[in-house]
Amino acid sequence: MVYDINSSRLSKRYGATEVLRGLDLTVRAGSVFALLGPNGAGKTTLVRILATLVEPDAGRATVAGHDVVRERRRVQEAISLTGQHTAVDELLTGTENLVMAARLRRFGRRDARRRAAELLDEFDLAAAGHRLARTYSGGMRRRLDLAMSLVRAPRVLFLDEPTTGLDPRSRQTTWDAVAALARAGVTVLLTTQYLEEADQLADRVALLDRGAIIADGTPDELKARLAGDRVELAVPEAAAALAVLGARAAHDAARGTVTVPTDGSAAAVRALLNTLDTHGVRVDRVAVHRPTLDDVFLTLTRG
Amino acid sequence: MPAAILDASVLIGRSLRHTRRALDTLLIGVLLPVMILLLFVYVFGGAIDPGGRYLTYVVPGIVLLCAGYGAAGTAVPVAADMTTGAIDRFRSLPILRSAVLVGHVTASIVRNLVSTALVLLVAFAIGYRPGADPGQWLAALGVLVLYLLAMSWLAVCFGLLASSAEGASSFSFVILFLPYLSSAFVPVDTMPAVLRGFAAHQPLTPVIEAIRGLLAGAPDGGTVALAAAWSAGLLALGYGAATYLFGRRARR
Repeated sequence: MVYDINSSRLSKRYGATEVLRGLDLTVRAGSVFALLGPNGAGKTTLVRILATLVEPDAGRATVAGHDVVRERRRVQEAISLTGQHTAVDELLTGTENLVMAARLRRFGRRDARRRAAELLDEFDLAAAGHRLARTYSGGMRRRLDLAMSLVRAPRVLFLDEPTTGLDPRSRQTTWDAVAALARAGVTVLLTTQYLEEADQLADRVALLDRGAIIADGTPDELKARLAGDRVELAVPEAAAALAVLGARAAHDAARGTVTVPTDGSAAAVRALLNTLDTHGVRVDRVAVHRPTLDDVFLTLTRG
Repeated sequence: MPAAILDASVLIGRSLRHTRRALDTLLIGVLLPVMILLLFVYVFGGAIDPGGRYLTYVVPGIVLLCAGYGAAGTAVPVAADMTTGAIDRFRSLPILRSAVLVGHVTASIVRNLVSTALVLLVAFAIGYRPGADPGQWLAALGVLVLYLLAMSWLAVCFGLLASSAEGASSFSFVILFLPYLSSAFVPVDTMPAVLRGFAAHQPLTPVIEAIRGLLAGAPDGGTVALAAAWSAGLLALGYGAATYLFGRRARR
C-alpha cells in the first residue's frame, strides 16, 4: 500500500494551546481523504504543516514520500495548496493570475497563456478572464483559486475548507472538480465542517477534535458505528405511544416526536404502525431516518 | 535564465502591475512631491532666500523626500500579501522564498525613479539648472538608488511586522517627516542647538548633501562616502531583518 501522506505523533502548540496532540494520519495514494471537525480542532494547522508552511514542534510527516521539514522543496514540487483564504490577486485579471501561477510552475510564456485559457474554460470563467479579480463574486474567486493550484496536476492536493461560504452552484463546480481529480489519481486531503461534503467526496473520513483524531474510516463505517435506522413518529399524545412501545422508544418533547429503532424494512414499519393503531394511538406523520455523519459526529464529541 | 531570477522577474511583473493599477497611490506618489516642490519654491522660497537661488538648494531635498515617502509605501503591499492567502500560496511553491519581497522592492525602485524623474522635469520647467556633468548625474543616481533600496527593505520589515495594510501605511508618515529635520529644506546651522545635533547626524543629511554636491557639480568625496556608508548599513539592516522576519513565519 502506498501512502502519500504519513504523519506520526505530530504535535504543535501555540502558546498555552495544544493545537495538535501527537497526531497520526495516513492517506492512501490516489484517495480522497476528508478531515472533519469544528473550528479550532486543528485542521488548518495540520494542512499548514503538511504543505510546508509551518514546522511541527514534535513528530514527523512525509508527503509524497518526502519529509515536510527536511525535504521541503521536494514536497513543494509534489503538492498544491488551496488555502482557507483565497490567494487570488485582486489587482490582476483572471488570466494574469493563472499565467503568473503557471510561470511560477516553470511554464514558458506561451505555454502559460495556453494553460491559462484551458483552465478558464474548465472552471467556467472564460467570459471573465480579462476582468480584474476584485470584480469577481466569492464563488468565482474560489474557482479561480482552485484553478491556480491546478496549473500543473499535483500529486497531492490540499484543500482547506474549499466550499465554506459558497453558493450551491459554485459548491457543485468545486465538488465536480475534486471528483475529476480523484478519478485522475490525484491524492486529495480536504478539510471541511460540512459532513455532507465529506460524505459526497471522501473515500475515508477522520473526525478531528481538539487536536486529535477521535474516529476514522469510510463514511459508511462511521455511520455504522451508531445504531441503525430509526423511525420517527409525530404523535399528539406521546405518553400513550410510549406506554405501548416501552423502553425501546425515545421521546423528543421539543419536536413532539417519538423515535424507535428499526431495520428500515416496510414490514417492520407496518407492524409498528399496526401495533399503535390497535391501541388507539394516533400517528400524524412517519419518517425513516438513516444516521448521518452529523449524528456520528455529535455522538462522538458529546462524550 | 536561472530559476530564481525567473521567479523574481515574474513577481516583479506582478508588483509593477499593482503599481499601475493602484492609480490613487501612484498619483499621490507623484503629485505630493511636485506640490511640495512648488510650495517650498513659491511660498516659502521668497522668505528663505529673496535672491531666488532657493530652487537650486531645495530640489535635492524634495527628491529625497519624495523617494523616502515612495519607498516607505512598500510596507503597504507587503502587509496586504501577509494578511491574505497570497503569501501561503507563494510559500507553498518550489520557488525562491524571498522572490515575492524582491518583487515588491524592485517595483518600489522603478516607481520611485519614475516619480523622481517627474519631479526633476517640473524643476527644470521652473528654472532649475544644476551644474553636474554626466558622471556626477550618474553618481547622484547611484546614491539615490542605494538610499531607495535601504528605505524599501526597511519598509518591507515594517510591512512584515504590521498586522494590517492600514497599519503599515503609518510608516510613510514617519519617513515623510524625517527630511524636515535634516538639511533638506534649510541648512542645519540655522536650527536651534537641540535639533541641530539630530539633524546634522541623521542619515538623511549626508545623503542629501551628497546628492546636492553632485548635482551642483561640486561633490565632496567624504560626504558621498558617508552617504553611501549610511545607506549600505541601513540596507544591510533592512534586508537582514526582513529575511529574518519572513523566515520566522515558518516556525509559527
